[in-house]
Formats: sequence, C-alpha cells, structure tokens
Amino acid sequence: MTAPVIQIDHVIKSYTAGVPVLHDVSLTIARGEVVVVCGPSGSGKSTLIKCVNALEPIQHGRIVVDGQDLASKGVDLPRLRARVGMVFQHFELFPHMRVLDNLCLAQCKVLGRPRADAEARSEALLERVGMTAFAAKYPGALSGGQQQRVAIARALAMDPVVMLFDEATSALDPEMVSEVLDVMVELARSGMTMMVVTHEMGFARKVAHRVVFMDQGEIAEDSPREIFFEAPRTERAREFLSKILTY
Amino acid sequence: MSSFDFEEIHRSLGYLFFDGMRFTLTLTFLAALGGVVLGTILAIIRQSGSRLLSSIAAGYVNLVRALPLVLVIFWFYFLVPYLGQWLTGATRPVHVGGFASALITFIAFEAAYFSEIVRAGIASIPRGQEAAAMALGLRSSQAMRYVILPQVFRIMLPVLLTQTIVLFQDTSLVYVLSITDFLGAAAQIAERDGRLVEMYSFVAVVYFVFSFTASQGVRRLRAHIAVPH
Amino acid sequence: MGYHWNWGIFWEPSPEGNGTYLDMLIQGLWTTLLTAACAWAIALTIGTVIGVLRTVPLRAVQWVAVAWIELFRNMPVLVQLFLWYFVFPEVLPPSWGVWLKQLPNAAFLTAVVGIGFFMSARVAVQISSGIEALPSGQRAAATALGLTTAQTYRYVLLPMAFRIVLPPMTSDLLSTIKTTSIALTIGLGELTARARAMQEFSYQVFEAYTAATLVYLAINLIVTLAARWLEARVRLPGYGKA
Repeated sequence: MTAPVIQIDHVIKSYTAGVPVLHDVSLTIARGEVVVVCGPSGSGKSTLIKCVNALEPIQHGRIVVDGQDLASKGVDLPRLRARVGMVFQHFELFPHMRVLDNLCLAQCKVLGRPRADAEARSEALLERVGMTAFAAKYPGALSGGQQQRVAIARALAMDPVVMLFDEATSALDPEMVSEVLDVMVELARSGMTMMVVTHEMGFARKVAHRVVFMDQGEIAEDSPREIFFEAPRTERAREFLSKILTY
Repeated sequence: MSSFDFEEIHRSLGYLFFDGMRFTLTLTFLAALGGVVLGTILAIIRQSGSRLLSSIAAGYVNLVRALPLVLVIFWFYFLVPYLGQWLTGATRPVHVGGFASALITFIAFEAAYFSEIVRAGIASIPRGQEAAAMALGLRSSQAMRYVILPQVFRIMLPVLLTQTIVLFQDTSLVYVLSITDFLGAAAQIAERDGRLVEMYSFVAVVYFVFSFTASQGVRRLRAHIAVPH
Repeated sequence: MGYHWNWGIFWEPSPEGNGTYLDMLIQGLWTTLLTAACAWAIALTIGTVIGVLRTVPLRAVQWVAVAWIELFRNMPVLVQLFLWYFVFPEVLPPSWGVWLKQLPNAAFLTAVVGIGFFMSARVAVQISSGIEALPSGQRAAATALGLTTAQTYRYVLLPMAFRIVLPPMTSDLLSTIKTTSIALTIGLGELTARARAMQEFSYQVFEAYTAATLVYLAINLIVTLAARWLEARVRLPGYGKA
C-alpha cells in the first residue's frame, strides 16, 4: 500500500486557551481518494482543512502531507503549500490582476516557471474549467461561479498532489453551484486526490469514496460512501442526513 | 491704506518662482516620495511578527505624531550634524545644508503620517487575500509585494495624495530656519522693499490656487476609482 | 562627541531674569495651553455653525459653508497667521489699523484668531460628516413630529453627531495645541519658542528640546485619556461601533 497523501494523527487545536475546536481528530486520505467532510456549523470541518496546509497551527498531534510532517524542523512550508491546492469559500482571486495573471503569479514566483510556459499551462487549465474567454478580464467582471472556476484553475496550475475545497460552493447563488460542481466532478473522475468540505450531498453521492461526518470538533463517522448514505453507523450522522436530505 | 503695488509683485516673480517655488516643489516631491517609502516600511514592520521591531516602529510613529512640526524641524536641524558625525566617524559635527536638513526632517516627519495611511489600507484588505496567496506557496514577502501592497496603493492613492497636499503646505515652515522657500522668498522681498501686504497677499493666493486645484484633482480621481471597471 | 551635557541647566537662572530655565519653559507651556484653549473655543463655535450650514438643505447656504471651508483649508497656517498679523491691519480703516498694531497682546490675539479660524474649517468638516453619517430617517422623523429645522438640529442631529465625531475631534484638538507652535514666527512666547530661547541662551540644545518633547507627549497623553473618559461617559448602549 502506498503512503497516504494526507495523514492526520490525533490533532487537538484551540483558538484561545482552553477552548478546543478540534478534539483528537484522526484521518487518512490515500492517493486518488475523494473524501467529503460534512457536518453542522461549528463542527470544526473548516478549521481542520485549514490545518492541512498549515494556514492554521495545531497544538497537539501530527499532520503529514505528501510524506512531510508539517511541524518538522527543516520543512519549507511555502514549497509544501505549493503542492497542496486550496479553493476558498470566497474565491479570493486577486482583484488587481487579470485572470491569466492570477494563474501565472505563483507559477512564476514560486515554481520558477518561465512566463511563456506558465501562460501555456494556464490557458490549458482555463479551457479545462471552461473559462478561456475570460483570460484577459479582471475578476470584478466575473460572476461568482466564474470566479470560483478560475480559482480552481489557479490552484491546479501548481500541479498539486491534493486539492482542498473549503465550502467552495457555499457563497454562490444557487444557479451557479452546478457549474462549479461539474468542474469538481470532472476533477474527481480524473483521479485527483481531494478533500472536500461541503454541504452538497449530491456531489458526495456522485464521486466521493468516503464521507467523514464531523460534530463538535470530533469525527463522529468515517464511512465508505454507500454505507454512509444507506446505513450510517452513528445516530448523529443519521440525524444530520435526515435533516439535510428532507429538501 | 496706500495703493496696492502690483508692480512689486511683477518684479519679484522671477525670484519668487524660480528660487522660492522651485525649492518648495522639489522639497514636497522628494519628501513625499521618501515619506511614502519609509512610511510603507514602517507599516510593514508593524505588521510583522517581531514584537520588538513592531514596538519600535509604533513608538517612533506615535512620538512623531505627538510633536509639532516646528519642534521636529529644530530637532533635526541640531541632531543631523551629530548623527552625521557618529555615522561617518568624523571628529566634529558634519555640516548639512539647509535643503538636506529640511529634506531629512520632512521625510522623517511625514513617514509617520504616511505609515498610518498605509496601515489602514493593509487592514482594509480582506484576510482571505493573504490566505489565498500563502495557500499558493507565496512567501510573506511575496504576498505583500504582489498581492497586498498593489491593492493598498490603489485604494489609498487619494488619501496619500491629500497628505501630499498637506505636506506642500507644511513646507512653508522651513521659514523658522530662514530657508528660502516660496514663503521665505516673499518674506525677504517684503522686508527689503517694505511691501508686506502685496507679498503676503500674493503668496496666500498662489498657495490657495495650487492647493485648491490639487484637491479638486484628487476629488475627481476618487470618483474615477470608485467606478468598477 | 563634542556636545557637553548639562541636565542641571533647568535649575540655573535664565538671562531674562524671570527665574530659572525651568520657569521659562513653564511660562511657555502656559501660553501654549491658553492660546490653544482660546483658539479651540473659536474653532468649535464657528466650526459648528459652518458645519451645520454645510448640511442645511439650501444650495446657497451650503455654498457659503463650502467656500469658508475651502478658503481656510487651502492655505498654510503660517501664511494665514501672516495675513492676520501683517495684512489685516493694513486693510482696515487707518485708525483701527493703528490701534491693532499697538495692542500689547498682538501676537497672542493674532494666534488665537488665526489658528481658531484655520481649525474652524476642520471642525466644520467633522461636524458635517457626523451629521451626514446619521440615518436620513432621523431628520424625517423629527420633521414629522413637527420640529422646526433649528429644533431638529439642536435636539436630534447635533447631540448624535457630536458623539460620532468625538474621536476625530480629539485629534483636531491635539492638532490645535501643536499648531500654536507656529505662532513663534510672530513672536508668541509659547513652549517651542521658549525652548528655542533656552537653547539660544544656554547652548544646551538637547536638554531644552527634550524637555519640550516630554511636555508635548504629556499633553498628548492627558488629552487622549480625557477624551476617552468623555467618550465613555456619553456613550449610548447599543449604538455605535465596537
């Protein structure tokens, strides 16, 4: 069995002293796996995903990404982060740069790619997410769904080993959610390792290998897709599913 | 009231503008440039993790902002020669010319004000921008240089320009060191020819026209920036 | 370093014969505070009037306010002081002009009027911003109750506007105190002027200016604390920013 891409061991995290947001969380994601993390607000799922690329520090436990322990002495965090793609709830495109420049910036400054190469790769990715026509536009001229697709392309431009999605569709108007989910489905089917924090259970049903349910800072259930949806093992997961699947 | 001597003004135009106003504008331009650069550095230091450096920068900014410009001018006038002596290892205080002394003073003074403007600008950028830059693997310095600061200057340009207009007016205070800026030149002529009314009225009008025109320009710029492109 | 330190200089008698150098600085401090207080009083009074006029729904009246603000904003304070001190007496009828120039407190009065008018423009901008920051419904509600324009300003708009602009006004008050130093150019013996005099008489440059610096810092601290206390006292629960 090859080493997991992400290994989270017994992580404890607090924001202010004494108020733990994550209680002893352990999770493994193997290469090519698509893991959906769901749960009610305040369950710690967004915090957890931010710990995976060290945007948030942890107080206890260990996180190993692509073979590197985040807390180890010689670790070069920026370089490691370059291998972990992240898509944010509020897209976070850089408003003062055109779409193409948004994609090229990190390729050139972090990976050292020549501008011409970066542009070529960027154009290919924009085509993959269906945004070729917008390469010269500023983010302000794009709708939410369009911006998020560009954000996904921007993360992919770094050739990441894993893609993290932090509630990527939660800030979108309903009619734009599917255009983004379509891109994420295509990505999953192409074999990308993905950790997806989301409420979109339809997406989970389609492409997730496993579903992780978090509640109050703990992982309450971690089951393969079919089991989670047909016969959830825990009471809390059952309750959660019944509430969100009603509509 | 004796008649207003317009000829006096006409005669003095050369000296007033070629000597006086040139000094004023040069000082304003260079001090603004230097002040923005130093102010941005101070703002970035205050943002950084280092508690010690951050406190020193904050202390400097708060100290300078609490003092009258006149006092700061006197301070630097006496301090700079000793600093020069200390820096160059000379045996006696280094003599610094009027312009150099004024320039150092104004850069040091205005930097404190520019730094507050830049700090406010940095604070207004959503936190997610920094997170997105870090998530892409950019280092802090790269994030600041390519993502944060460009946005800060776009947003803060009108405020920075307004502060520069204030600086333009503040330069008149070099009068206390008898340096020949626009006002100083007028004062010299006024005293020599006994024509205070003409000279000071003219100076007031010129300052007014320059400042008013500039601030109207900034107003227009502000309106232009507000339109989404 | 060729400089000879002497911190005991403050207790040595000054050549002016009025006491020690310390006494000289204290006189300067007193002058600074008195000038600033009087100038601020003028700035506050005129500034509030102009600020109110700026927001009155009458074009012509607003224009007057705008003209006032722009006039005093677009010239350096020093130039304004010179206009009051040198030009104003000449513009008046001869007998008035002569009387003005012979006043014993000319520098003080000029500083108070000049700085007062200069700052009145700043105060006017603050007040008008404060009024404009209020929800437009406030004015409508007051009118609907039958209050006249004057009553609306007096009882509804101004009390809230003052609370809103208290913080930036504090900064304007501190600015007024610092601006008094500019009046040394017309002979006002305020703190910076006295520090300079001390420097010229005793050659103890750094001691003199350090003392002045410490005093300005102390004034800054006291005024800021007092303002914070005032803000806390007039704060309304549930209203305003965190």
